Amino acid sequence: MRAEAVSARPALAGQFKRGLTAPICLTWELTYACNLQCVHCLSASGRRDPRELSTAECMRVVDELERMQVFYANIGGGEPTLRPDFWDLLDYSVAHHVGIKFSTNGVRLDKRAARRLAGTDYVDVQISIDGATADVNDAVRGAGSFAMARRAMEALAEAGFGEFKISIVVTRHNVSQLDMFKRIADAYGARLRVTRLRPSGRGADSWADLHPTAAQQRLLYDWLSARPDVLTGDSFFHLSALGAPLPGLNLCGAGRVVCLIDPVGDVYACPFVLHDEFKAGNVREPGGFTRLWRESEVLLRLREPAAAGACASCGLFDACQGGCMAAKFFTGLPLDGPDPECVLGHGERELARVCLPDRPRAGPGHSKGSRGSGDPVFLGQIAARAAT
Amino acid sequence: MPFDLHRAYTLNPAVAIRPEPFGALVYHFGNRRLSFLKTRQLVAVVRLLESQASAAGALEAAGVSTRERARYAAALAALADSEVIDAR
Repeated sequence: MRAEAVSARPALAGQFKRGLTAPICLTWELTYACNLQCVHCLSASGRRDPRELSTAECMRVVDELERMQVFYANIGGGEPTLRPDFWDLLDYSVAHHVGIKFSTNGVRLDKRAARRLAGTDYVDVQISIDGATADVNDAVRGAGSFAMARRAMEALAEAGFGEFKISIVVTRHNVSQLDMFKRIADAYGARLRVTRLRPSGRGADSWADLHPTAAQQRLLYDWLSARPDVLTGDSFFHLSALGAPLPGLNLCGAGRVVCLIDPVGDVYACPFVLHDEFKAGNVREPGGFTRLWRESEVLLRLREPAAAGACASCGLFDACQGGCMAAKFFTGLPLDGPDPECVLGHGERELARVCLPDRPRAGPGHSKGSRGSGDPVFLGQIAARAAT
Repeated sequence: MPFDLHRAYTLNPAVAIRPEPFGALVYHFGNRRLSFLKTRQLVAVVRLLESQASAAGALEAAGVSTRERARYAAALAALADSEVIDAR
């Protein structure tokens, strides 16, 4: 979504809270398979799930999206290009008036793929890195992942793709590299996209180590405020309590304008809440995605007016809207209270009181090896950290 | 070219309109820009452009009041600027 198209329009934001006939920002994760094992992966990806939607089922979803006039889908994973039918699905989707914006770590984006993409309309490519240098990036995304992403960027630039995006999740360790990220993007004629770290998926286990400090959040807010051309996917609205609102809707879009379809066809309110509590159903059910979007109780509930709860007395509630639902949920905070990264520090105080073993867990996920999100060793580490 | 209320306009062929309770969502597949038509009356105006000899005629045909005229003209100018509508 181009943020400027909707900025500073409170009346419209009120309409969005009651939901739309179809999502604006639909994320569709095509596979849980991934060549990387990023420590903050939202979907705890790694291994393919045998129940993943078949090519024909994916095409039926595209047909539905076309009928609903979902103008584009944000494709992710896992690593979506690892699906053997990825390019066929991309072509099918574009031919059916559903534009594709896909995120990749670059593994399959060689010169040939780049030339093919450069020749396809309605396709946007987003390459993920989480450090402007190999050491910072590879610590989060794995050895060799920085070089791989840079090769993909080179290939796109060389093929004359035009403005692709470089996407960063801001962490405690890369926030000092924001200017370097911007220089990398500028050098390729690419657009920088900066988003918020969520404690979802494997991020539940790495969040305490990786999320920016309060001082870094201030720095980030100032940096973004001075650079309206940097995209944020609307993800930092909790920082709007620091001053003038950042461009964008400045509200939680979950189930209202935002939605996620996961690789097995399960539909969730947003990409950051892969948990039964926010699952609307499965696209394989009668009525498909359309019925879920319009009738599922989970999504309808999110469109009702939300109580400000513990934040009701805070003068800044109108600015931050209580922050991100997923960030609260997976850190064990009440949904009607402050965001864990509340700029006034209310979230931090609340976090110290949370009984960590009681935090909601997203289940085993699809991680390779034993590093699942249910690993109790990690709980102990986070408990020790949160208490200090 | 600046927007001219007395010229004839039409919807850009790469643009799709999705009706919503508040008005409509408008997407330009070419420049990938999403815009919002914030009232149903504005949606009616945009749809009428094609059959009217001028943008002013479309405002008239959609029953836009004199008081609202300037606001709607500004909205059309913004849509022309983002290539949602083109002079024809």
